[in-house]
Amino acid sequence: MATIDGTSLDFRLLDRLSEGHSAIHRLDPRAKVLATLFFLVSVVSFGKYEVSALFPFFLYPAALIALADLPALFLVRKTALVLPFAAVIGIFNPLLDSRILLHVGPLAISGGWISCASIIVRAALTVSAAFILVSVTGFPSICAALERLGMPRTFAVQLLFLYRYIFVLIEEGKRMSLARELRTFGGRGPGMKHFGSLVGHLLLRTWERAERIHRAMLARGFTGEFHPRRPCRFGAWETLYLLGWSALFLLFRLENIPRILGTLVAGVLE
Amino acid sequence: MSHHIVEVKDLRHVYPDGTEALRGVSFRITHGESVAIIGANGAGKSTLLLHLNGCLVPTEGAVRVGDFPVTRSTLPEIRRAVGMVFQDPDDQLFLPTVREDVAFGPLNLGLPPDEVERRVEDALERVGAAHLVDRPPYHLSGGEKRRVAIATVLSMEPSILVLDEPTSGLDPHARRRLMGLLGEFHHTKIFTSHDLDMVLDLCERTIVLHEGMVKADGPTRDIFLDDRLLADCRLERPLSMQGCPICGTKK
Ligand SMILES: Nc1ncnc2c1ncn2[C@@H]1O[C@H](COP(=O)(O)OP(=O)(O)OP(=O)(O)O)[C@@H](O)[C@H]1O
Ligand SMILES: [Mg+2]
Repeated sequence: MATIDGTSLDFRLLDRLSEGHSAIHRLDPRAKVLATLFFLVSVVSFGKYEVSALFPFFLYPAALIALADLPALFLVRKTALVLPFAAVIGIFNPLLDSRILLHVGPLAISGGWISCASIIVRAALTVSAAFILVSVTGFPSICAALERLGMPRTFAVQLLFLYRYIFVLIEEGKRMSLARELRTFGGRGPGMKHFGSLVGHLLLRTWERAERIHRAMLARGFTGEFHPRRPCRFGAWETLYLLGWSALFLLFRLENIPRILGTLVAGVLE
Repeated sequence: MSHHIVEVKDLRHVYPDGTEALRGVSFRITHGESVAIIGANGAGKSTLLLHLNGCLVPTEGAVRVGDFPVTRSTLPEIRRAVGMVFQDPDDQLFLPTVREDVAFGPLNLGLPPDEVERRVEDALERVGAAHLVDRPPYHLSGGEKRRVAIATVLSMEPSILVLDEPTSGLDPHARRRLMGLLGEFHHTKIFTSHDLDMVLDLCERTIVLHEGMVKADGPTRDIFLDDRLLADCRLERPLSMQGCPICGTKK
């Protein structure tokens, strides 16, 4: 169960990165949430065969990693972990869609392969953007920002709890699987026979712990209101940040920058 | 001051699965008292404490804290007055850093940021956990977690302190330190413990719970001298009141 272990810790590490003090960290969370949303919409709204026009968007994660001083390798690894899931979604496209769209020398590439590649690139972009948002903002602040942007408070609180309870579920699962492992002495044990009861137990325990955590929060005066870590103010920097990225995303979305560059270079060479 | 009084009357609690955890518990704790609630595993101690700040609702009977009966509408006042440290520190700590967790209560009280900051530092200093302030709570050792959990409540500066087994899992030094801390807390304090020596040191009064009922309620020393009562309730004398195993003298 070492994999489950690693996963939960890593996600919490992501949360810890949000305590940084870079200029990006200090921005009002609303600006970062909105910029990320704009990024996601721009990336997702491309046609299904688009690949090259997506690449300029990697500028955004790269720039933020540099500006906010995030551990690039760690984020790349986290993102890479998610890509196989995207590949599973796209993997049947080459079988279903064998229309030839592109010739690279002697190689004919079908639409299926292109759309599969497009899905994977998009997944890399969106997932890394989401991870970066968490690492420069922190999940509690994201929820607070969503609320201040007009999401009903109950939803925002639910979201925060959901996030917290996922860790609870993982931790309970870890403890139970360890307890089971220690008593099966490396063998396979009774195997699947107890699996149902194990899962049932896990859900019950998670439920109970979630209730106790909620109780402890209430005991400390929690009323469903968020108190952001940093005082937030949507000032000139935030406006600049949001407008700057939005303009860039719009440009990337409307113009195929790699193609333009390609023709430019070709023009110069002639 | 009447707002430090805790009064429990004919309290009964039946859990949804039918377990009858409390079967008619009554007592009154006045301002500045230091009271231990002891009893065997499953006697109902934690269940009782959870009623003191409205986490559980009585099946029958009533709880009053200060001038208020504990009801849904008085919960904010009650929770301001009663600081509760739960049995499992993992339930209490849930934010990414110790600092944020300790600040959670004061922020909910609506205090200004610099006051919150002062209280966080003060509370952590008092439990000897100032060096942990930027650590994530889920990476701490059991005893460190417990100290931080106590700090999360001290930072709210409650007028009644309720702790469920505060010294379990602490090393001897941390235990001493916590005992010193509790000794300095001059408002009302109520705690459960299996650490009977601590009870003897800190509490002039002890309530013995047995199978959901109050079996005895009186001066701590008298209760620990009543061997029959202790045996009935699956307890025993604190070590400091037992004979010395080396020199054989009996106190
Ligand atoms: N959520 C619950 N649902 C059903 N029964 C419960 C629940 N919590 C506790 N009980 C039962 O209520 C009784 C009293 O439990 P409680 O936790 O108050 O004991 P305790 O005195 O704190 O014990 P310990 O010293 O072990 O902490 C026990 O018999 C327990 O099994
Ligand atoms: Mg208990």
